[in-house]
Amino acid sequence: MTSVRPRTLGIGDRIRLRYTPRAVLVCALTALAAIVVLVLSLSTGDYPVSLGELFASLVGQGDRATDFIVLDLRMPRLLVAMGVGLALGASGAVFQSLTRNPLGSPDIIGFNWGASAAAVAAITFFGASAFATSLAAILGGALAAIVVYLLAFQRGVQGYRLILCGIGISAMLTSVVHYLLSRADLAEATQAQVWLTGTLNGRGWEQATPLWIALVVLLPVLAVYGRRLNVLEMGDETASALGIRVETTRVILIVLGVFLTGMSTAACGPIMFIALTAPQIARRLTRSTGAGITAGAIMGAFLLLLSDFVAQRVFGDTELPVGVLTAAVGGLYLAWLLAREWKAGRS
Amino acid sequence: MTTTLPRVRESGGRGVPEQPKQRHAGIKAIGLLLAVIALVLLAAASVAVGAKGIPLSTVWSALFDFHGLDDQIVVRELRLPRTVIGIGVGAALGLAGALMQALTRNPIAEPGILGVNQGASAAVVTAIGFLGIGGVTGYVWFAFLGAAVVSVAVYLLGSRGPSGATPVRLALAGTAISAALTAYISAMQLLYPQVFDQFRFWQVGSLAGRDAGVLYQVGPFLLAGIVLALLLARPLNAIALGEDTARSLGAHLGRTRALGAIAITLLCGSATAAAGPISFVGLAMPHVARAITGPDQRWLLPYSMVLSPVLLLGADILGRVVVSPGELEVGLVTAFLGAPVFIMLVRRKRLAKL
Repeated sequence: MTSVRPRTLGIGDRIRLRYTPRAVLVCALTALAAIVVLVLSLSTGDYPVSLGELFASLVGQGDRATDFIVLDLRMPRLLVAMGVGLALGASGAVFQSLTRNPLGSPDIIGFNWGASAAAVAAITFFGASAFATSLAAILGGALAAIVVYLLAFQRGVQGYRLILCGIGISAMLTSVVHYLLSRADLAEATQAQVWLTGTLNGRGWEQATPLWIALVVLLPVLAVYGRRLNVLEMGDETASALGIRVETTRVILIVLGVFLTGMSTAACGPIMFIALTAPQIARRLTRSTGAGITAGAIMGAFLLLLSDFVAQRVFGDTELPVGVLTAAVGGLYLAWLLAREWKAGRS
Repeated sequence: MTTTLPRVRESGGRGVPEQPKQRHAGIKAIGLLLAVIALVLLAAASVAVGAKGIPLSTVWSALFDFHGLDDQIVVRELRLPRTVIGIGVGAALGLAGALMQALTRNPIAEPGILGVNQGASAAVVTAIGFLGIGGVTGYVWFAFLGAAVVSVAVYLLGSRGPSGATPVRLALAGTAISAALTAYISAMQLLYPQVFDQFRFWQVGSLAGRDAGVLYQVGPFLLAGIVLALLLARPLNAIALGEDTARSLGAHLGRTRALGAIAITLLCGSATAAAGPISFVGLAMPHVARAITGPDQRWLLPYSMVLSPVLLLGADILGRVVVSPGELEVGLVTAFLGAPVFIMLVRRKRLAKL
C-alpha cells in the first residue's frame, strides 16, 4: 500500500501520462503471461510446432503444412480470443465505473440478453447459419440496448435508473430465451445452448479481421474518454463543475462499451463473466481505485486465452465451448483472490 | 413577537407530527389489507380457473363437501396445492429479495446473488446426470440442498477477514461462486444431452405438476424463513442508517447479517426447490413495495411478502388462460407482467435509494 500515489510521465509538453508503478508492473506481467499462453497455444496441440518452425511461419519462411496449421487455423482463433478478451475486459471496466457498482457489466444494459434472445430465435425458428445468427445477435442486442437507454432517459441517464431498466428488460428477454429453449427440438436447442455459452470452435480470419479493425479504432478512443471516468465517479455535479460534459461523455462511453461487446458477441457468442471478473481481478492486483480500463482489458485477454488453451486440451475430443472455462477460471480465481486478500486483512 | 411565535408552534407541534404519522400508518395498513384481499381473490381464481372447465359450485363442494368426484379431485389434488405453493413461493421470493436489498444496501441485489439459483441448478443437474432422477418432485431435495450449501459457502467466503460480511464482499463472493457453478452447469448440459433435455424444462420456472407432496417437503422451511425474516425488521432498520450508526445504536451487525443470510437461504432454497429458478420477483417486488411504504422495514417486509405472490399467482393464472389448453410457464409470464410495471415505476418515480 506504500506506492499507490500516481506518478506523472511527461512526453513533450502536451501529453502527460499518470501511472502508478504497481499498475504498470501488473499490466506488463499480465501481458507477458498472455503472450506465453499465446505461444503455447500456437505451438502445442494435435500437430506440435517447434518454436523455430513457429517463428519461421510468423515471418513468412515456414513450410506449407506448418503455415496452414499456424496461420490459417490457430492464429485467427487466438486473435479472436485475444480481441474478445480485450473488448470485454475494457467494456466491463467502463460499465462498472459508470454505474459505480461492482456487479455492473455490459449485461446490465440488456445487450447480451437481447443478442441471446434474437440468436436463439434465429436458430430455433429459422435454423439460421452462423453468419445469420451473428447478425441477428447484433441487431437484437443493439435494439435491446437502445430500448433500455431510452427507457432510462429522463433529463440525462443516471447509472441507478439505467441498471434497473436494464434488469427489467433483461428479465423479459431471459425468460424468452428459456422459453424458446424448452419449446425447441433437442438438436436445435443444443445448438442454441452452445451459442449461448460462447465458443471459439471453428473461428477464423472472417471473425478475426473485423473484430481487430474495430478494436484498433475503438480502444484508443475509449482510452481517451476513459480518463474522464475517474472524474465522473465523483458524482455528476462535481464532474460538471470540473468542466466535463457529463451526459455526452456517458453516452459516448456507453456506445463504445456496447459496440465492443457487440463485436465480441458477433465473433463468438455472449461469453459470460469476462466483463464482470476481469476488471475486478485487475483492480485487486493493481490495488488501485478508478476505472482501470487498460488493466481490465489485458486481464480479459489473458483470461480468455488461458480458458481457450485449457478448454481445447482438458476435455479431449468433446472440445467444450470456451464460455464454460471462462466462467470457471474467472470465478475460481476471483474467489481465491478474495479469500487470500481477506485473510491478509486488507479490504 | 418574533421570539414567541416559534415557541408557540413548537409547543403546539409536539402533538401535531404524531397525527400525520398515525394517519400514514393507517393508510399503509389499509393498503396492506387491500393487497391481502387481492391475494385472496387471486387464490380463489387460481383454484377455479384452469384448462378443464369446472363450475364454481363444484369447486366449492370440492373444498367443503368432498365426495371423490373427478372434478373435485382435480381441484383438491392439483389446483389447491398449486395455488398454495404459488403463494408460498411468491411470498418467499419477495421477502428474500427485500432482505437481500436491505442487507447489502444494493438496489440490484437479488436472492440469486447468494448463489441460490446456481446452487439449486447445479444440484438438479447433478441429480439428473449422475443419479438419473427425473420429474420435478424428485428434484426438490436436491435443489434445496444445493441452494443451502452454496449460500452458506458464499456467506463463509464473504465473511472471512476482520470486518465480516460487508455487502460488496458478499456480492463479489456470490458472483465468483456463481460463475464457477455456471461453468459446471453448462458443461454438464453440453456433455450429457439428456441432462440438457430435462434441465431446460426445469430452468424456465413453473408451478405446473407440483402436488401436495412438494408442499409438505418445503413448507416447514418456508414458514421458518418467513418468521425469521419478519423478526429482522427492526435491526434491518438500524443497518439502513449505515454501519457506524447502527453499531452505536447497539445493533448487532454480524448477528443480523448471519440471521438474514439464514432466512434468505430458507426462503429462496424452498422457493427454488418448489418452482425452479424464478429470478425477477425477488428483485422487482421489493422496489414496488418500497415505492408505496418508504424505507421502513416493518412495513416493507410485509408488503413485499403480500405483493410478490399477487404477481406470481396472477402470472400463473394468466399463463393457464392465454394458451389454454396448454400453458405458459409462470417464470415467463411473471417477467412479462412484472417488467413493464417495474420499468414504469423506475421512470415515473425516483425510487427510494437504499
